[in-house]
Amino acid sequence: MKHKLLVSAIAAAMSTGMMMAHAQQGKLSGDTVKIGVLTDMSGVYADYGGPGAVAAARLAVQDFGGKMFGKNIEVVNADHQNKPDIAKNVTQQWFDRDGVDMTVENLNSAVALTVQALGKEKNKITIVTGAATARLTNEDCAPGTGIHYLHDTIALSNVVGKAIVKDGGNSWYFLTADYAFGHSLEKDTTEVVKSSGGRVLGAVRHPLSTGDFSSFLLQAQSSGAKVVGLANAGGDTVNSIKAAAEFGLTKKQNLAALLMLLTDVHALGLNTAQGLYLTEAWYWDLNPETRAWADKFSKVMNGRKPNSNHASVYSSTMHYLKAVQAAGTDDTAAVMKKMQETPINDMFAKGGKLREDGRMVHDMYLFQVKTPAESKGAWDYYNLKGTVKGDEAFQSIAGGKCAAVKK
Amino acid sequence: MTEIFGVPIQALLGQLMLGLVNGSFYAMLSLGLAVIFGMLNIVNFAHGALYMVGAFFAWMLLNYAGINYWFALILAPIGVGLIGVLIEKTMLRWLHQLDHLYGLLLTFGLALVLEGIFREFYGSSGLPYELPQIFRGVYDLEFMMLPKYRAWVVVLSLVICLITWYVIEKTKLGAYLRAGTENPNMVKAFGINVPLMVTLTYAFGVGLAGLAGVMAAPIYQVSPLMGSNIIIVVFAVVVIGGMGSILGSVITGLARGLIEGLTKVFYAEASTTVVFIIMAIVLLVRPAGLFGREK
Repeated sequence: MKHKLLVSAIAAAMSTGMMMAHAQQGKLSGDTVKIGVLTDMSGVYADYGGPGAVAAARLAVQDFGGKMFGKNIEVVNADHQNKPDIAKNVTQQWFDRDGVDMTVENLNSAVALTVQALGKEKNKITIVTGAATARLTNEDCAPGTGIHYLHDTIALSNVVGKAIVKDGGNSWYFLTADYAFGHSLEKDTTEVVKSSGGRVLGAVRHPLSTGDFSSFLLQAQSSGAKVVGLANAGGDTVNSIKAAAEFGLTKKQNLAALLMLLTDVHALGLNTAQGLYLTEAWYWDLNPETRAWADKFSKVMNGRKPNSNHASVYSSTMHYLKAVQAAGTDDTAAVMKKMQETPINDMFAKGGKLREDGRMVHDMYLFQVKTPAESKGAWDYYNLKGTVKGDEAFQSIAGGKCAAVKK
Repeated sequence: MTEIFGVPIQALLGQLMLGLVNGSFYAMLSLGLAVIFGMLNIVNFAHGALYMVGAFFAWMLLNYAGINYWFALILAPIGVGLIGVLIEKTMLRWLHQLDHLYGLLLTFGLALVLEGIFREFYGSSGLPYELPQIFRGVYDLEFMMLPKYRAWVVVLSLVICLITWYVIEKTKLGAYLRAGTENPNMVKAFGINVPLMVTLTYAFGVGLAGLAGVMAAPIYQVSPLMGSNIIIVVFAVVVIGGMGSILGSVITGLARGLIEGLTKVFYAEASTTVVFIIMAIVLLVRPAGLFGREK
């Protein structure tokens, strides 16, 4: 009996040793780095993220060389149709069965909150780019697994909100998309408006993907507010602005699109969009580096130019791959440590820093949409009006509500 | 200022006016659906997609061929009608005798295919369609600003609905149509080409959807998703009005617009849901719909 025990103990010790040796050699779980791009492929946000986001992630893998320690890097993608339950099922399957190491994009705030919570539970890195709710790095933060890479509702309202109040727009009425994102954006902008000395007169909340905004605009019109803040995104923002122009709202009141990207301006056309102020973290025509990347993107996307979300998917995927390489493993904690240690300097951000609470801090830009006469053609839409330093645009860790990292 | 439940009467009137505008779109679309269901017994789920195709035809005519809104108003519905002929001749023809479910599934599939094709080429955010010059500007109605174009939409769609109702209920052609649905063999015996009539009816029904699409183009984004956003609501309208009832679909379409407008004042969050609550209640009380006849 004793003899048997000894044999099995030795066997166990040997197998553990072998496993350890194997792990050091392989370094990658499942012998591959697998990246899942979860986005809205066909709905109201498909131009905001969608196929462009998948293309951006693939470009990053391609530019990285396609291999990690001699093993393949794979990109998979799925359409969550803006439904958190579908997003949850897909991500769960990715993590549990398909060996996905990291998910990126995850637009739609309701989706992002679900995915980030799941990543925290399963100890997998989730990089949110498209979704904007600041809850991701506040009440619902997931330090160690959750990353919020592009903008958030606080930064958006800080940049545009402050600029508009300073310009005399001191009474506001909100048109808000009735889900996590809209509510966050309305709340954060309200705080900015109030702290800059403005007043908020009211808000109306519309369901996601509303076709006709005229009724809501009529309510905004009768509120008498100087500024109508659009706390919505994508197709909803586009339709709100169209209807506002049609009903003559813009004659007496100003519109503030709190979240609007290049692709929305493209959809709207310059005739309607001209003169609007908006904030983005990136624009393809900022410098030679951004233009070069945009050209690459255009080639695989039928000539469409990327928006800041697409650029941030590329940048974050690249940053992740470099961190895996530097850490020598795809282990979550080791990769996250590298990602936080290394500043981000690429075509998307200069001196970008990933904080402990998951927020990636980078500069934000204030743009004004060009007039049709100023524009040289399709996709030439923005005049740069100002740059807001990352630390000013984003909330500090101390000011935030992420209990786990708050000092 | 007079108030009703805390809402100024001016605001209420404004919302009702907008409800009427939206209602006329619902009416146009549900009219086409009702005609097709009444005459062909097909639950045409491709209706929304064809409405979208109508809007895209208008956009293509303007941007590729420089053909303006007025011609698009005629050409796009004809184009959509021709697609309808194609669909009816090659696919729906074989389903007339089968359960409704087959037609529903086929047309639903077609809708997804059409939507997918346009999304592939034009993206999902949609494209802008310039408002014709003559319709720029607003009428000041004291209680609200009514854009000229929206007023035109109400007038045009009411006229179209009225004509359709008249043709089907009051003319000889309409009588043939109704008889052809009731008893095709008997009508054939009188020497009337029933299959041709059926094809043309389908083409006419989807042509109405195409026309609604052209009318919608300057108001909304011309987007591959515009059809699927509206089709479910339109179906609810047809069910409430009574499947196949022409007058029912028009009246319910307009009423739905008004109710939606009111909901937006009192509880905006429910504005997209309210129609389904009404549908459920109507189905409980009158399973054949408000204007439908029990068979």
